[in-house]
This record gives sequence, C-alpha cells and structure tokens, in this order.
Amino acid sequence: MSVNKPRPVYKNIHVFDLMHYRLPIPGIISIMHRITGAVMFLLLPVFLALLQMSLKSEAGYEAFKAMVWGNMFAKIILLGLLYFFVHHFCCGIRYLLLDTHRGIDLVSARNSSKAVVFVSVIVSALLAVKLW
Amino acid sequence: MVNSKKHIVGAHYGTRDWLMQRVAAIVMAVYALVLAGLAFAAPTGYAGWSGIFNNQFMKLATFVALICLFLHVWVGVRDILMDYIKPTGVRLTLLVLTIVALIAYIGWSIHILWGMK
Repeated sequence: MSVNKPRPVYKNIHVFDLMHYRLPIPGIISIMHRITGAVMFLLLPVFLALLQMSLKSEAGYEAFKAMVWGNMFAKIILLGLLYFFVHHFCCGIRYLLLDTHRGIDLVSARNSSKAVVFVSVIVSALLAVKLW
Repeated sequence: MVNSKKHIVGAHYGTRDWLMQRVAAIVMAVYALVLAGLAFAAPTGYAGWSGIFNNQFMKLATFVALICLFLHVWVGVRDILMDYIKPTGVRLTLLVLTIVALIAYIGWSIHILWGMK
C-alpha cells in the first residue's frame, strides 16, 4: 500500500513576512533606486513647471528663486530631491557596470553598494554647499 | 523562450526596452554633467541661466535629453507597475495614464524650449 506523501506547498513571501528578513545592502540601494525613480517620475510636472518658470522671464526667474531658495522648508525638500537624483545617478552607473559583468561577485557587489551611498552623500553635500 | 540566443532586434523579448533604458540613461548622464558644468560656469542670475538655453544646439540637446528621460521613465514605470499592480484593469489604466502623461510632457517640453517669448 502506497502512502501519498503530502504535496509541498510553495508560497510567495507575504509583505508582512518581509520584516523578518534582513535586506542586504545591494537590496537596500536597489529598492532605493526604484523609490527615487518613481518619486522623480511623479514630480516630473513640477520639474517642468519650474524649468518653464525659470526660463520664461526675469520676473519668472526671480519668482522661481524666491520659491526654491526662499524658505527653509523648500530647501529641505530640495536637498532631499538632490540626494534622490544623485543616488539614482550613482546607482544607475553601478547597474551599467553590473550589466557589463563588472563587479558581480558578492564582495564587489557589497562594496560597490556602499560606495554608491558614500559617493551620493558626499556629492549631494558638495552640491548643497555650492548651491547655498 | 525557445532560443537561448536573444536578438536585440527580435520582437517581444524585452531586451530592446532594456537596452533603450540603458542607452537613454547614458545620454541623460552626459547631458546632466554638461549642463551642470555650464550652469556653474555661467554668471548667476536670469541672463546667465537663460543664456545657456538660448542657442539652438543647446535647445536641441535639451530636447534629446528630455525625450531620453521620457523613454527611460516609460521602461522604469512599466516595470514597477508590472511588478506591483496585479489587477489587470488597474495596471492597464495606470500604464495608459503614464503614456498619456509622457506624450503631454513631450509637447510641454517643446513649448518650454521653442514656444515661449
């Protein structure tokens, strides 16, 4: 008599189970790449409106300056967006290298992930100092 | 996939979109560095800033970079929607809205670069 073995059940990890897993640093910067990209996409009309405003006329440029540089709140938002852009930029260059099979072993992949965060913070800070 | 060898020019592999996103990224990266260089070199104020965009070559380069941005965005947003939005109707709606928005942004970009004065 043959006993049927119970069939294995495979399930996707539920979103709430994700909390129990430690996301490695390449995973963290990967999801950051998505989030920064998605946020910048959603803000595209704002960027285009600001570009239009700054190029339209002298008065428009001054209004743009007052809006962007005028208050602390806008500056903090802008600094965040600056980091988003630089992170997406640096992370993207890392992906281009991975695409061409450079640095795909575990140690290199971890190191380049740390480098992305490090370089992004430094470049954003330098740009922020330069802009203000 | 029957063949293990994928051809860039073949249909429905996704490789073409993948490549387009990468090529667009490189064009944008070069443009961003050039623009940053010009912006820092230009005198501060409206004259300096708008002066960068005054010549036709820079207008055209900006337009190319913006089109690359929209193509790059299309592949990225499409990937995100395919990964996270499971109900077909909702996903299709969001994909269509993305396309419509991006087409509108192309028109807006032309207006900003050549239509104002």
